[in-house]
Parts: sequence; structure tokens; C-alpha cells
Amino acid sequence: MKLLAFSGRNVKEILRDPLTAAFSLGFPVILLLLMSAIQANVPVSLFEIATLTPGITVFGLSFMTLFSATLIAKDRETALLQRLYTTPLTAADFIFGYALPLLPISVAQGAVCYLVALLLGLPATVTVVYAVLFVLPVSLFFIALGLLFGSILSTKQVGGICGALLTTLTAWLSGAWFDLSLIGGAFQKIANLLPYVHAVALEKAVLAGNFAGIFPHIWWIMGYAAAAFAAAVLLFLRQMRRQ
Amino acid sequence: MEAIKTVGLTKKYKNLTAVDGLDLSVERGELFSLLGVNGAGKTTTIKMLSCLTKPTGGDAFLLGRSIARDAAEVKNIIGVSPQETAVAPGLTVKENLTLMCGVHGFSREKRQRKLEELTERFDLTEVLGRKAGKLSGGWQRRLSIAMALISEPEILFLDEPTLGLDVLARSDLWDIIRSMKGRITMILTTHYMEEAEALSDRIGIMKDGRLLALGTAESLKTQTGTEKFEEAFVAIVKGERQ
Repeated sequence: MKLLAFSGRNVKEILRDPLTAAFSLGFPVILLLLMSAIQANVPVSLFEIATLTPGITVFGLSFMTLFSATLIAKDRETALLQRLYTTPLTAADFIFGYALPLLPISVAQGAVCYLVALLLGLPATVTVVYAVLFVLPVSLFFIALGLLFGSILSTKQVGGICGALLTTLTAWLSGAWFDLSLIGGAFQKIANLLPYVHAVALEKAVLAGNFAGIFPHIWWIMGYAAAAFAAAVLLFLRQMRRQ
Repeated sequence: MEAIKTVGLTKKYKNLTAVDGLDLSVERGELFSLLGVNGAGKTTTIKMLSCLTKPTGGDAFLLGRSIARDAAEVKNIIGVSPQETAVAPGLTVKENLTLMCGVHGFSREKRQRKLEELTERFDLTEVLGRKAGKLSGGWQRRLSIAMALISEPEILFLDEPTLGLDVLARSDLWDIIRSMKGRITMILTTHYMEEAEALSDRIGIMKDGRLLALGTAESLKTQTGTEKFEEAFVAIVKGERQ
């Protein structure tokens, strides 16, 4: 009940921000449309919808980090969190209250991406539904990262680090736009050590119906998500004590 | 029974002692003001009493419950209106009040009753559907205090509740605070001498984390041989300096 009240408030704060709709839904959809338009006008297979959609979906999830980090940083900068710390809400209520609302938002964002992709010619198969559902484990990592950054950065810093740097990193290191083997070398090695490329590979495998292919990518994602959550909880509790 | 009793309450940050062995008792229903220049330790004292920060020494008892050992129980009997306006800006006034009912685990019936009661008491009807972030400073502060009262606290902490408000908004808040006197124990911090004098049953003056003087506004004026309370305050604080 207490957790629901707090997470309900967070849902409202996130969804009522017009930038949320613009970035979480508008931006990935525009990218899909744009790149599909490019594909339609070039003779080589560059941005095929079946390989492009999983990448754009994962890229869109990087905005979940931005939303959660912004909300927490804003709350820390006002006295609202201080007030709520004097209520019976527990540390777990705060952490889950911030994290849980973003799960359905992530799935909704993924669903919109795949829906647009269907309109653009993605074959309508049951694997599309699975691909939308597999957004959940991937989103856990991005949401945890938001908790982590929101606990240590100011609103302005969140805008720069999560809004610009992280989204760019996700775009480049995930192989969302291009095959990383085209660059190869150290770039590819580094990218393979980070979760982004594994998130895209996971989504691609699920969409292709290749369920054996989700391994080992899902372990990378879950490992990073667990590490990010553990760090986020520690840092959130630290700022809670400091408040 | 004492509403608040502090025993050697101390807060140290590395080399700084923000509150230094504070011994204080506040009776039930009393409106007690804490005054002091910036850095005197008023806000730190309130933060310790409201379980926002842990003391590094001593203890305080709120209606017999220790802030060090029974923080969860203390949180059930207090309300806090922090120094800055503490409202959810993207939520309407009604939603802000509902949020506070929710985090205190109220039933649907109790939530409805509290909403109606506080809307009427704080005259919030006309702004109930407006987003809190769009309200004027006076309305936000009024909402902030209403939110602090949702849980029917026995002890209410008001940290500089009228800071930055215009004369009319301040007067309105004074009326609200006066209307609660006797029923709720209130601890008020303020920089406005006239506010402390007009509202308080007793006043404590702090400097460098220590309590320099304690008494009614009248007794502090008598004690310092001054006519105005502001002069009494200055005499007490400067007297310590000399």
C-alpha cells in the first residue's frame, strides 16, 4: 500500500513530463521511420527492419536511465525526499518505488517500437510478443543505472551524463545501427565487455525465434543489472543517510 | 508528560560540532521556538528529532520514544514541514495530500475524511486540482504544512515555515499555526523575531550548537533589560560573543 502510493506518484511525475513522451516514444519511432526510409532508398542491405528494431528498442531503453535518474536527482534537490524520509516508508519502499513504475513504461516503449516495425514490414509472428517481453530483463539494467546515477548526480549532471553521454554510448556500443565487426579491434572488444551489445543480441535472437541464441547474452545483462542494482542500493542508502 | 526531552543531544561532523549537548524539554501542546543565527544548530536539532539524522551523542525522547532506538515509532507520531517547500511539483494539490495518506497506509475512508478535513482547514478548495509546482510560494507552504498534518501527528516540526512569504501569506500561516496551538506540540524554527514572539509559548536561543537562553519572550526581555524582543535576542547572542 505504502509502496504503491509512492510508485504511483512516480508514474505520474514521469508520464506528466512532456519530454518523457517525446524521448521515450517519439525519438525511437522517428529513428525507425528515418532509417527505414534510408533503407528503402539504398540498394544494399543496411537497415533491415528485423535487425534494426531490436537495436532501436534497446537504444530507447537508455531513456529509462535518464527518467529514473532525473526523478531521483530532482527529488533529492527538493525537500520532498526529506519529508518522505520522516514517514513510515522504508528504504526498500523507496528503491522499489522508483524502479517498479519504469518496468511497464519500458515494456510499453518496446511494444510501440515493435508495433511501428510491424507497420513498416516486420513479419507478424509470435516472436514479436516474446521480443517485447524480453525488454523486461534488459530494462532492469537501464533502470538500475538510473537509480545509481540519480543517487549521486545533480539534475544538471544527470542531463549531461545520462541524457547525452549514456544514450550516445548505448547507440555506438550496442551495434544498434551497424555490425560492430565492421570496426573490429579494440572497439569491438570493449563493446563486447559491456552489456549494450548483448542486449541487442538478446533481442535479435528472441525476435528470430532462436531461443538458444539468448545465451550467454542474458547472463551478461542479468550480471550487469545485478551489479548496477547492488551499487544503486548502496549509493541510495548512502545519500539517504546523508539527507 | 513531556512531549520532547533531549538529554545531552549532540551532533558532530568531523571537526564541527553542530549541536553540543542539548538538554531541553517541551511540554505537550506547547509551541516552542528555536532561534539562532545561521549555523546555530536549529535545523540539525530538528533533523535529529525527526529521525532524519542520527545523533553522535546523547538521545532524545518524543512522548517517551527514543530517536536512537525507536525511530520507526517516532516517525508515526511526528509531522515535518521542512525548510524548503516539500511538495511533489507534478502532482495536483489533491494528489499530494493523497500521496501522504498513502505513505501512511490510510484506508480509503480515512483518506477521504482527511482530504475533506484538511481541504477545509487550509482553505484549499480553489487550488485542489492545480499542480503544486504551479502554485505561489504561500500556497505551496500552506500545502506543505497540510501534508505534514495528514498523519495526525502529535508533534509537528515547522522549519522556517514563513521564509520568503509576503506579509499576507505569512499572516495566513500564522493563523493556521495559532489554530493548532494547544492540540499539537509544535517546534518552530524561524529567523523572524516577531514571528517567534507572536506565536511561541517559550523560546530557546541557540548559538554554536548550544542553548544560550530559554524562556518566554517576556522573560527573555526582562532578563536582558530590553524593550523589544529583537534587542533581547541580539543582547543574548552578542553577550555570548563578548
